[in-house]
Amino acid sequence: MNYLENRKYIIQAIFIAVGVVFALRLFYIQVVDSSYKQAAETNAIKSVVQYPFRGLIYDRNGKLLVENTPVYDLMVVPKETKDLDTLRLSNLLGLPLEDIRERLKKARTYSYVKPSIFYQKLTTQDFAHIQDNLIDFPGFYINARTARGYSHTSLAHALGYIAEISPKQLEDSAYAGYRPGDYIGKSGIELEYENYLMGQRGVRHIMVNVRGLEKGSFKNGAYDTLSVAGENLYSTIDLDLQAYGELLMNGAKGSIVAIEPATGEVLAYVSAPFYDPNLFTGKDYGKNYMELLQDSNKTMFNRPIMADQNPPGSIFKLVQALIALEAGVINPNTKYACNKALVNCHPHPSPLDLYGAVQHSCNPWFFQAYKALLNQGKSPNTFTDTSLGLKSWRDHVLTFGFGKQLGIDLPGEKKGIIASPELYDRVYGKNRWKYSTIYSLSIGQGELGVTPLQMANLMAIIANRGYYVTPHIIRAVGEDGKPLKEYQERHYTSVDARHYEPIVDGMAEVVRAGTARRANLAKVGIEVAGKTGTAQNPQGADHAVFVAFAPKVNPKIAIAVYVEHGKWGGQSAAPIAGLMIEKYLTDTVTIKEQEKWVLSRKYLDIKSK
Amino acid sequence: MPAEQTISKYKIATRSSRRTSRSILQNLDWPTVLLYFLLVALGWMNIYAVVYSPDNVVNILSFDINSGKQLLWIGTSAVLIIMMLAVDYKIYEHLAYPIYGLIILLLLFTLAVANPIAGSRSWLDLGGGIRLQPAELAKFATALAASKFLSSVNLRQQKMKDQFILALITLLPPAIIILQNETGTALVFGAFILAYFREGMSPLILIIGASAAAIFILTLLVPKLYLIIGIILLMGAAIWLDYRLRQRLKSMAALLVLIVGMIFSVDYFINDVLQPHQQNRIKALISPEADPLGYGWNVTQSKIAIGSGGFWGKGFLEGTQTKFDFVPEQSTDFIFCTIGEEHGWIGSTVLIVLFLLLMTRIVKIAERQKSVFARTYGYCVASIIFFHFLVNIGMTIGLAPVVGIPLPFFSYGGSSLWSFTVLLFILLAIDSNRAQDLSR
Repeated sequence: MNYLENRKYIIQAIFIAVGVVFALRLFYIQVVDSSYKQAAETNAIKSVVQYPFRGLIYDRNGKLLVENTPVYDLMVVPKETKDLDTLRLSNLLGLPLEDIRERLKKARTYSYVKPSIFYQKLTTQDFAHIQDNLIDFPGFYINARTARGYSHTSLAHALGYIAEISPKQLEDSAYAGYRPGDYIGKSGIELEYENYLMGQRGVRHIMVNVRGLEKGSFKNGAYDTLSVAGENLYSTIDLDLQAYGELLMNGAKGSIVAIEPATGEVLAYVSAPFYDPNLFTGKDYGKNYMELLQDSNKTMFNRPIMADQNPPGSIFKLVQALIALEAGVINPNTKYACNKALVNCHPHPSPLDLYGAVQHSCNPWFFQAYKALLNQGKSPNTFTDTSLGLKSWRDHVLTFGFGKQLGIDLPGEKKGIIASPELYDRVYGKNRWKYSTIYSLSIGQGELGVTPLQMANLMAIIANRGYYVTPHIIRAVGEDGKPLKEYQERHYTSVDARHYEPIVDGMAEVVRAGTARRANLAKVGIEVAGKTGTAQNPQGADHAVFVAFAPKVNPKIAIAVYVEHGKWGGQSAAPIAGLMIEKYLTDTVTIKEQEKWVLSRKYLDIKSK
Repeated sequence: MPAEQTISKYKIATRSSRRTSRSILQNLDWPTVLLYFLLVALGWMNIYAVVYSPDNVVNILSFDINSGKQLLWIGTSAVLIIMMLAVDYKIYEHLAYPIYGLIILLLLFTLAVANPIAGSRSWLDLGGGIRLQPAELAKFATALAASKFLSSVNLRQQKMKDQFILALITLLPPAIIILQNETGTALVFGAFILAYFREGMSPLILIIGASAAAIFILTLLVPKLYLIIGIILLMGAAIWLDYRLRQRLKSMAALLVLIVGMIFSVDYFINDVLQPHQQNRIKALISPEADPLGYGWNVTQSKIAIGSGGFWGKGFLEGTQTKFDFVPEQSTDFIFCTIGEEHGWIGSTVLIVLFLLLMTRIVKIAERQKSVFARTYGYCVASIIFFHFLVNIGMTIGLAPVVGIPLPFFSYGGSSLWSFTVLLFILLAIDSNRAQDLSR
């Protein structure tokens, strides 16, 4: 037994011998032989993020609306910086020493081991100069990515802009794929179509030696992911028409929205005052943004879809007439006298039928037609009767896309206001209001708020004789793409198609011989149908409105022009619409006197009086 | 009289069982328990270091990554420990054969029904994403059965029949495991030789085995002609020095023929018996430089990772080589690279010392057992851990061929951690009751 027990020493000796051999071998590999350290250094892997090419945006004729330009960011990994010569870095970047220290501190606070942006958007010249000197600044490197660029100065409100993702967004799980320093759409199309435009980030693993020199890709790129470029977008905008619209609105405040009626494609989208989209791409983005935001003209206010507090004025008479026809309370030959005791009017022949009433925008006529519509005697109580009438009227109005978001592919669209029995019950009390309280609705005043986009959409509805396709600004995602499904279906109004013809005839008379003769294009053989409007405004001169479509038969363009403080639609808004229509349909402008008038801005002088 | 006897027996039983639960904790070998938890905790941290990426920091506890899952295995191992300490320690000896039989059936069953995973038919799918590798369980089952058998015979009596039965008990499981294509795990059963040696097996077997391994490796390293000439010279010198050998020239000649035959058969063995991936592992051991991107990849990268650690290491989570899957099986079989890179020679040596402490402690525990069964089982435990230690660390530093077996308590993986936990704590359970064995 005892001699066997001695074997425990042999066994333990074997254990210890192996342990000693291991320790010696490890000492040789790890301490004596330095070739493994060198091998490891040539083996170091750096992962380089491959920023995807953000999708481009084209106009309807294939012109580039949004492109990409390369920019270079100086990155730093605090852990890798060694013997940093801050003075030299300060000279190199042309920044005060204090600023350099501040930036380093910020980078360290963010992460000691992760790269962060040290200096954003170097110019191309700076880039070349700094790149040459970077070898002496370990831990610093240049990251190339693309920024947005524009070869024109138009459409800033609709295009939107991109900027660095905010810390708040980064915390949101909806933005899980983003990292600090990533760029993301902040407004307009850039925001709305972010998911399509952004593409997919890739990571490239490269082997680098101690000096940071690339030694080729790691494992032939087996772990690399390719960046996938974002989808290109094809816009419905006609850049030439857009630029012309901006020229016409330069110096004014207001909107132009032009739509192709059959498809709902937005042809022009002017929000005045406007700004150059290039202002938001350079490194002065922050400064420019704050300036525009604080501007007293509310430049950043996206008027075509956000200005919903203004009553539409006389253009709403078209809606009232259509609903009255559908309800059967009038017919095209119904005549009413221009009784100025009911509501004020301007001089014109009287009495008028429907055509004349539209042509001359006779206020008392619509007072009476609307009364006939609201008070149909469905209840002996006049209060209840009005309430019932208003409810039924409102249901009709909603089918025209008023009082709700139309659903354009731009963020921030407002709903507008359409009067309702509930609203008046709240204001006046139940059974405390009747037609004489709310009659101003008949002429488009009162508790009505309509965005310029909704006005243009109304023109598309009348041009189509009864339906609209939701206005949209992108008609295809990707080369062979189609519009999103929601932009392919027709929305019919509650008014039958046959009731539209008399209205269209009346509108043609408005332009031919009525209040909007400045939009007349008979000279070039285009029959325009339109309607002027004036929206009362407590803060100064009235706002001028003109809506139109052309040609009268088989219309190609529907347009709404809204000029704040433009006083009369026929004077300021109608010529702009006429010019836009001619420009779009014929690609030339022959009504030079109108162009001269608009560009002289004389109509705006009225406002300053 | 008989009734009184029964009562007093009962009293003793209750007293002893009350004492048991207290004495288990009192008599538990705490140094071993401490070493166990130290190794498990260090392993867990290194598993996290493998998956850690500064670009995408995931919480160490997240179940999406291995470290989080390993924590689950550690927790379940703790439950296993409590169970094994709670069970009557005698059950391991009594049920040694039934457990062994059951595991043999399970191995056969697995071989029959398992879907191959990476060529291996050793995994039993339990459903719900949980898989079990019965080959891991075969280690402790075989250790139990072999110990039980040895406690019933005296190996020194060298009865052929007994030796044959012992060989059968030891070699049956690895034979099935080889069929399952888990050669690495099967090799572990060779470790039992150490335990048998302690129980009286002739040292000749150890010496012959070691010599055969030496000749095998020399054949690969040295041209055959030089090797044969060297062996002839060596033998000649031995005969010249020791006159007794001159009377045995015939046996010496026979030995020479045997060795030369073995040298030539090594070639045949490597080229015709071994599978290509096994050939490559041997080639990688001899000259990994020959094909650093092919079969030499693992060994080369593993040595680079360890070698780049230097004396002090790069620091926890600071390793660059151990990320990016430079070496496949980073958190399982090649976990030692992470230690080598991030904790340097100091850290690697500390780990080696921890293992040596554990293994010698187990030997000490084995030696203080009063029953042959318990002692043999203790040696089996030490031998199995030693074999894993030898081959696993050996392969990462280029001293052993790449054999896919984990580092005990340290590598990622539930089956491995469970099986080593069971293996070790059966011994500790038996050990903590050794006082009762004495009184028996």
